[in-house]
Amino acid sequence: MDIRNLLYKPSEAERNAVDAVLGPPDSVWDGGSFSRLDGHVAYGGRAAREQRHLLLPVLHAVQDAVGGVSRGALGYISDRLTVPPAEAYGVATFYALFDVDNTGATTIHVCDDIVCAQHGAEDLCESLDEALGANGSRWERSPCLGQCDRAPAAMLHRPGKGYANAAPVDAETVRSIDFEELDPGLVHQDRDQLRLLGRIGEDPSSLDAYREAGGYAALERALELGPGGVVSELEESNLRGRGGAAFPIGMKWKGVAEAPGPIKYVIANGDESEPGTFKDRLLMEGDPFAVVEAMTVYGFATGSTQGYVYVRGEYPTAERRLKEAIRAGREAGLIGANVADSGFDFELEVRRGAGAYICGEETALFASIEGHRGEPRQKPPFPTQHGLFGKPTGINNIETLLAALLVVEDGGQAFASIGTDQSTGPKLFCVSGAVRSPGVYEVPFGTTLGELMEMSEAADIGAVLLGGAAGSFVGPDSMDLPLTFEDTREAGTTLGSGAVIVFDDQTDFAPVLRRIAQFFRDESCGQCVPCRIGTVRQEEALARLMADRPLDSSKTERGRLDDLARVMTDASICGLGQTAASAIQSAMRLGLPGAPT
Amino acid sequence: MFGAGGGTSSYQEIEETDLIIMWGSNAREAHPIFFHHVLKGIHNGARVFAVDPRRTSSAEWADVWLGIDVGSDIAIANAVGREIITRGLHDEEFIEHATQGFDAYAESVESYTLERAEDISGVPADAIRQLAIEYGNAETAQLCWTLGITEHHNATDNVLALINIALLTGHVGRYGSGLVPVRGQNNVQGGGDMGALPNKLPGFQDVEDDRSRAKFEAVWGAEIPAKSGKHISLMHEAMDEGELRALFVLGENPLQSEADSKEMARRLGALDFMVVQDIFLTATAEIADVVLPAAGWAESEGTYTSSERRVQRVRKAVDPPGEARGDIELLSILARAFGVDWPTPTAEEAWDEMRGLSPLHGGMSYERLENLGGIQWPCPTEDDPGALFLHGRLWDRPVTGPRAPFHAVEYSAPVDTLTDEFPMRLTTGRRLDSYNTGVQSGRYSSPRRIHGVLDLSPEDGEALGVAEGDEVKVSSRRGSLTAPVRFDRSLRPGLAFMAVHFPDDTDVNVLTVDSWDPKSGTAEFKATAIRVEAQV
Repeated sequence: MDIRNLLYKPSEAERNAVDAVLGPPDSVWDGGSFSRLDGHVAYGGRAAREQRHLLLPVLHAVQDAVGGVSRGALGYISDRLTVPPAEAYGVATFYALFDVDNTGATTIHVCDDIVCAQHGAEDLCESLDEALGANGSRWERSPCLGQCDRAPAAMLHRPGKGYANAAPVDAETVRSIDFEELDPGLVHQDRDQLRLLGRIGEDPSSLDAYREAGGYAALERALELGPGGVVSELEESNLRGRGGAAFPIGMKWKGVAEAPGPIKYVIANGDESEPGTFKDRLLMEGDPFAVVEAMTVYGFATGSTQGYVYVRGEYPTAERRLKEAIRAGREAGLIGANVADSGFDFELEVRRGAGAYICGEETALFASIEGHRGEPRQKPPFPTQHGLFGKPTGINNIETLLAALLVVEDGGQAFASIGTDQSTGPKLFCVSGAVRSPGVYEVPFGTTLGELMEMSEAADIGAVLLGGAAGSFVGPDSMDLPLTFEDTREAGTTLGSGAVIVFDDQTDFAPVLRRIAQFFRDESCGQCVPCRIGTVRQEEALARLMADRPLDSSKTERGRLDDLARVMTDASICGLGQTAASAIQSAMRLGLPGAPT
Repeated sequence: MFGAGGGTSSYQEIEETDLIIMWGSNAREAHPIFFHHVLKGIHNGARVFAVDPRRTSSAEWADVWLGIDVGSDIAIANAVGREIITRGLHDEEFIEHATQGFDAYAESVESYTLERAEDISGVPADAIRQLAIEYGNAETAQLCWTLGITEHHNATDNVLALINIALLTGHVGRYGSGLVPVRGQNNVQGGGDMGALPNKLPGFQDVEDDRSRAKFEAVWGAEIPAKSGKHISLMHEAMDEGELRALFVLGENPLQSEADSKEMARRLGALDFMVVQDIFLTATAEIADVVLPAAGWAESEGTYTSSERRVQRVRKAVDPPGEARGDIELLSILARAFGVDWPTPTAEEAWDEMRGLSPLHGGMSYERLENLGGIQWPCPTEDDPGALFLHGRLWDRPVTGPRAPFHAVEYSAPVDTLTDEFPMRLTTGRRLDSYNTGVQSGRYSSPRRIHGVLDLSPEDGEALGVAEGDEVKVSSRRGSLTAPVRFDRSLRPGLAFMAVHFPDDTDVNVLTVDSWDPKSGTAEFKATAIRVEAQV
């Protein structure tokens, strides 16, 4: 509002892309052309400002249409949404997938993260200038694309067409990748024995197939139980969140249900971005109706009539399948007014992330849906009181929601009988790296790391990174570690997101640790000082140590890394900074080859 | 208002009210601190209407902007009043018990149909109706205005028209509902409170009231003239007639701040003697016979009073440089030179003397001001906490004190009429980073500074065949100047804007008209007829 924006005009294509989302402008005051009446009256104010949440959808529309967000487009978007241009620019540049510098080019995002690097991503990147030079595409490096079971991975973005994943790719196939849809991924176990993965492989576009495979039994039971009954089952199940924090789900749902006020929201966190994690992608792509059903149950149990599924920007297939599932659900009377003739109204909308690891943090995700930079908020107040748009909000990741669906379907007691006392139910692990059968595995809590390694055919293990970049390494002597919340906590490590990245005994960990340090530096939102500066200093110190050019001595550099770790862990406002030193510290403690000593 | 010269409400009420009307006020730029409170109100859910010829940055925050033609305020206010009465949204109980003159008022607005108001103002009838309905229905509402209302030839009538609709709806004298003339700078309110008015002694006590005068004379040991003095427009006339021959100017720059500055230069030049007391050598000071260098804000002890009538302590941080002296000291020295035996008091002694004479301030000792973080007048005694809002008495049953009167007022078009020769309307105002004639703010650099330019709508720019930055000639019936053009979307075709801050580059008051309001003495800065010509 403060900065005048007269110099740059949007192209027709950009204007059309924006109008396709927002409808045509009403007046000169929201980006239209001047008419006499506009000189004497304007409506807007709160109504206009409340459209702010459409900022990301509109930026996506323009990015998709023309392959970037030009100044003219940004100016038009600012006018349409009454967002100051500087703010809109701040948002557009926050997210990696919005490109304000290059418009019009086809771009290939090539993953060079931990797992893809194990599978030759570096050689691939080095060949790309030559490989792509001829056809006019650009390429850039990307953090984990969530295709670790078929690394190395790439993602194609073509103006006018959108995004597509490709994996595995090599110097040859990367030239010709196109919009062919990938399967969700292989399930190596016997599907009949699986609950969370049991429907992977069915036709994900068919509501009938979903119902035939047991779908919508949980909603039916939920409607019988009533909201309080659903919450009781969840409490009895002792289900804990699968996103890393292991929060009791019954308590969370109850918190939202009991929060005062008529407006509440529920959110499915599908912004799975932890390197080495791809289970939620598998579920969203392979079992989208289950996500829709789980959200409906969530809304019913908490008294929320509006839900959002926030899907990672790098998961175009998941986004499309979820939208189709919602459409099919709406046609069948399972979404919208009077769900399944129950008298309960529920709307569900898919929102797309745009390349920001931090948006997996729940309050950053709220900011992102609200149309802001994905910067986390201080807690308390907690989301159950003050969440999306300042209203009570329930938010869970996809795996947790599907586990909740099992609880409702089977009953809390049956669910609690799986696993251990404190870690109940089945759990998904994403195994990747130096294993012969990478993929998502569903096992009961309490399965040991060694058993999981056997299932995925790992050999000559040098170390395992549990929980991705935010997790920690364990050595080959940890094969008896039961994979539970309590056992990993006691062992000083974490299950985190369920990422299990395996390294063989020939691994030089120096580049792995540098990639992790670089990841956190790139992905820090920059809001709080310990993380913004700490992640940079950590990467610099690591780089100096590995180049054998320490400031003062190696010992002081080690001390510096330890100090930074403590500051970031203690003083960062969100989990990103709090865990940014965890993997590196654990590698140093274990004395992994290539780690600073 | 109703006898007291201050806004009725507190900032806190703006933050908690249901409806805010910004009428002729671009507070976001002109009163940014006040606007903070407005923003809090918006954040807390208040609806906002803006009534302003320009869609200013304040108006952008409004749910509805009524883009009136300059000077058509009374037509809108009367139509709002008529609509409220027609729809039965007026507060009959309040009108019956606390006001007088309703019938005459109702009759006077009868001709102001929405259609007529639309004809006069250009604002669609629907928007005027919406304002009437929302103001009439609001539980609480704050009606705020500034110079867009008062810098007109009929300034007082404009204010009365607004007060009328507040009386009609009972939006005054209650927590959350009030009338708020937002004051400029940090202490305009304090200046008026202390009697820097031609007809008032400190605490708004009438100069022409013998008892008031006697009270002051007893303490001051000097005689006070029994007749009101002249406001500035009357002074101009007195200067023109040769009656007023000498001028003592304190902290003002009339050579550049008054309308029709060519006339003003002639007037000041014809004086026998002029003294200017200021912290800067202003353009006016440069032509003065004597200049008294005064102390600045960081060099003075005393109080400031904000728009919400809150008196706050200000403390001296450094000594004035060179020969500069504090205002109290300068005035005391002068008094002694005039033969009155005044010592030079400390700021606190002067304050204590004043609060002994002004009941509004009676209970405001320096100690209490400090302990309470300021006190809002009236505060007659030292056990009084001060007043959050004024005129709560109107809700006493039976009402205490006099009833609040309606005043029937009629629309009257700006004096400087638009003709084929002067077809465009020029209005003036402030920008965020500058003050008045720029004496205080011009010395500081600002990344937002826009120097003297003529703001036009992009459509007018195109019609004139000029681009941004092109020099144009701007003429009114009184003078002309050249200025570069800047396009501003907040203006519609036919409406131009100039800031008042850069008299040395583009002296907008060469163009303005000095027709003034006989009741307040304010000149019609806001409505000048101009012609704009491209320079070839």
